[in-house]
Amino acid sequence: MSRLTDANIKLAKEIIGRYPRARSAIIPLLHLAQEQHGHITNAAIAHIGELVGATSAEVLGTCTFYEMFKMEPVGKYLVNICGTMSCALLGSDELMHRAEHTLGIKAGSTTADGLFTLEHAECQAACTEAPCLQVNYRHRYRVTPDQLDALIVDLRAGNLDGEIPPHGTVARVRQHIPAGRAVGAVAPEDATDPPVWLSTGPSINAKTPK
Amino acid sequence: MTLSDTATESAAESPADDAPPPDPNAVSVTLNGTTIIARKGELVIAAAERHGEYIPRFCYHDRMNPVGMCRMCLVEVDSGRGPQITVSCMVTVAPDMKIDTESATVKRMQEGVLELLLANHPLDCPVCDKGGECPLQDQTLAYGPGESRFVEEKRHYEKPVPISDLVFLDRERCILCDRCTRFADEVAGDAMIQFTSRGNNTQIATFPNEPFSSYFSGNTVQICPVGALTAQPYRFKARPWDLEQTESTCTTCAVGCRTVVQSSRNELLRYQGVDSDPVNWGWLCDRGRFNFEAINSDSRLAEPLVRTADGLVPTSWNAALSAAATLITDALAAGGAERIGVLGGARGTNEDAFAWARLAHDVIGSPNVYAQLGDGLPAGVLGLNRATIDDVASATTIVLLAPDLKEELPVLYLRVRDAVQNKRSKVIEFTPKPGGLTGQAWRSFGYEPGTQVGTVQQALADPVIAAQLAKGTVAIVAGRANLAETTAATVQALQALLAALPDAKVLPAFRRGNVVGALQLGMRPRPGGLDSRSTLMAAADGKIECLILVGCDPLADFPDTDLARRALAGARRIVAVDTFLTESSKHAHVVLAAAAYGEKSGTTTNLEGRVTTVSQQVTPHGTSRPDWMIATALSKLLGSDLGFTSVGEVTSAAARTVATYAGITTEALAQSPDGIVAEVPAGIDPINAVSSAVGRNSYDFRLVASRKLYDQAVGTAMSPSLAHLAVAATAHVHPLDIERAGVHVGSDVKLSSPKGSIIIRVEADETVVRGTVWVPFNQAGANVGELIDCTAVVTDLRIENL
Ligand code: SF4
Ligand code: SF4
Ligand code: FES
Ligand code: FES
Repeated sequence: MSRLTDANIKLAKEIIGRYPRARSAIIPLLHLAQEQHGHITNAAIAHIGELVGATSAEVLGTCTFYEMFKMEPVGKYLVNICGTMSCALLGSDELMHRAEHTLGIKAGSTTADGLFTLEHAECQAACTEAPCLQVNYRHRYRVTPDQLDALIVDLRAGNLDGEIPPHGTVARVRQHIPAGRAVGAVAPEDATDPPVWLSTGPSINAKTPK
Repeated sequence: MTLSDTATESAAESPADDAPPPDPNAVSVTLNGTTIIARKGELVIAAAERHGEYIPRFCYHDRMNPVGMCRMCLVEVDSGRGPQITVSCMVTVAPDMKIDTESATVKRMQEGVLELLLANHPLDCPVCDKGGECPLQDQTLAYGPGESRFVEEKRHYEKPVPISDLVFLDRERCILCDRCTRFADEVAGDAMIQFTSRGNNTQIATFPNEPFSSYFSGNTVQICPVGALTAQPYRFKARPWDLEQTESTCTTCAVGCRTVVQSSRNELLRYQGVDSDPVNWGWLCDRGRFNFEAINSDSRLAEPLVRTADGLVPTSWNAALSAAATLITDALAAGGAERIGVLGGARGTNEDAFAWARLAHDVIGSPNVYAQLGDGLPAGVLGLNRATIDDVASATTIVLLAPDLKEELPVLYLRVRDAVQNKRSKVIEFTPKPGGLTGQAWRSFGYEPGTQVGTVQQALADPVIAAQLAKGTVAIVAGRANLAETTAATVQALQALLAALPDAKVLPAFRRGNVVGALQLGMRPRPGGLDSRSTLMAAADGKIECLILVGCDPLADFPDTDLARRALAGARRIVAVDTFLTESSKHAHVVLAAAAYGEKSGTTTNLEGRVTTVSQQVTPHGTSRPDWMIATALSKLLGSDLGFTSVGEVTSAAARTVATYAGITTEALAQSPDGIVAEVPAGIDPINAVSSAVGRNSYDFRLVASRKLYDQAVGTAMSPSLAHLAVAATAHVHPLDIERAGVHVGSDVKLSSPKGSIIIRVEADETVVRGTVWVPFNQAGANVGELIDCTAVVTDLRIENL
């Protein structure tokens, strides 16, 4: 059963309520589904389509556009090793070889225990700290092959559980927008009242759009 | 007088300060050195095309929003800051803009774009259906570099993959122009094909197990600028240069979409949509697009049949016609013309209908003639202030008192949907079975049969709705939404609407291809004559000496199957004119083989009254003949020659004698490619009806029966590509009612009405109005017609476990 859980449906409805158009919530809901299951299943895609009033194909199109949405099972830890210019010059190849050796898998695959998925990545915007990698999108800078081994040991031992949540977790503190402050399901062109954030905001915003 | 003459003259006659103010919508721009007047907001690519400069393109389509996907339309535009490379399909004209579509830079860009588009293109033109009519081929020839620098291996995909029962996708050929996906989303509202992935992996895909099962899928094949999408019925059937073609009008339903009919070696192979601005905008529904297969069917009647001791046997035309004439003469002798009934005529051309109306009324003298088969509203609706399709699609408020347009008049559905999507109109829907437009409606009232009039009156009394109706123009689309409820209810609801909205125009949602033409040209009862229901009732009582069925199959078409059956058994003599031997024509004593669509020319009238031409493209099957010829031959044998020797003579005779069609001649039609709207007919009986609401026993359910696009109609059933798209009949019940009825989803149950009972599978369906059961009409499996009593106001039924 990989549709959204009841708790997540509730959350999904709250998220949908923040947008004037329900389908604007597709990306946040895909994150929610990935968080629930570690990756995004077809059933979750169909479920999101039902929730926002889009076809499954539309949700699939959005989902597959983004690298960070995984449609196949991913390990608890997704290790992305940057292979772009700066990192390549400073030894990302060695890093990748070591990772493949230590984990016993090729880039693009997942360990049998379901703990690690290893991937090549493009520039992670930390070129000054090359070579670098990410574990579940949390950076590790200027990594040597030995530090990589140590990192893997730590992750296996659960020493980093406080710092690195399982793959799919977007944030550990959930944002809640009280219903009164949410835009709600009125499209801008159909709105008769000024947007909520303007009507209750400071006077600088008093100029209401027509 | 030339244009410049007019200009000088008016300048000389009127003082300068009387000169008309400059047109606020005119924008003057320079196109390749010449000043042209474009329209405000017009795209550069469109303005250039209107002024004779065709800018090459793949993704731009003038009936869809521009997306700038393909970059083929690059031109140089100078808006005062020097020439800049610009995508001409995404930029609107601005005053004094200088557009250059043929500079050296533009040429280089075009070569570059084509070289890149071809980098991954398989170039399998010799085995590609599009080869010979392919924009990619043509534009590469006209604007391409001539050779490619790419030596790398091309991208490979499995090919072709079915994306629906009708359409195949070859991803290697796809140039990602977004036309098919935009059509599916913007026009059809069936966004079941999408771009997936990104960059070099971008491809068109459906969601697993959710095929692109749109009623309009064939349009994507037509607008795909390469051979990436191909349609099952045409794949590998012909090369474009072997096709011969003629422009015509689809007569499958009454929308009357303009088409091109294409054939090779005297066999129909393909229909393509033609962009008629007031009607179909280039679109066709799949039923209309692909049902040419039925015309090519081997089961067609190839020659006339006559009943002998051995049943119906083939015979010569001479023998068949004189047999038919004898049946009619005998009937006249036995009971007079009042005992002869003529039903049908809605499936042919105007000429067919006119000749048959003349034969029936003037030669035979029967007043009992009707083209409506008890499944539509009375002809009187045609006498109301008629709306055109454009009137509907531009009305401030569209009131739907009609069957599901998506199922019955598909391209009209597209036009109404477009009006809503582009915020021109708001839709108020009254329906016994929410359907295709319910999601588009501003207000939708699902009513239980028997409460239609009350529902409409209540809505009219609602101040919010009254305010919306008062905002601007109102167009009412009126038709028969439920075959299990009397038409009187809908007529009365329509009267209530018109009483409140005297200026509203009405578009008759009549369904059969040329039903409006047939009714307007005389296929309707003369004073004292019987309509189709009364004719069938008289036949069932043994009071019809001869029943003539002109392309009409009461067993399939008439809602009350039992009555149709008794009528066919009770009629003393039956003459049928048909393209196939149907369940009804099997009862005939003489069957005259009729030529089908594409095998005869003439004109047709769509639901708004628009008369357009239909053209012959292939020779009639076997020895079959057009209906008008049959009518002419019969009239001769009956001693009174109608005098028609060519179809053109019938067209002129109709233009001369039927006021509504005055001036609608072959010559006039040749000048008006979009057709001519026939005036609203005078002398059609005004509509008038009173229906009384009846209470429903709380154990009962009320029946709603209506048609789906694909049913057992011969055009669909005899087209192999379409036949399997018809669903088996099931009883749709609201999930909350399923429990109340004590039955199980998916199980067979017995539905019984006072009229009869059927065994049918139950399905849960949230769109069904509580307290009602919806059953699709004329589907395989169970015949809902067995439950319907055409004299009853509504049909109540019990659901029982077996
Ligand atoms: S399949 Fe055809 S219409 Fe669709 S994106 Fe590809 S090339 Fe364009
Ligand atoms: S909508 Fe009607 S007229 Fe148009 S293509 Fe379909 S069947 Fe033919
Ligand atoms: S190159 Fe590795 S982070 Fe930029
Ligand atoms: S036609 Fe303009 S970008 Fe495709």
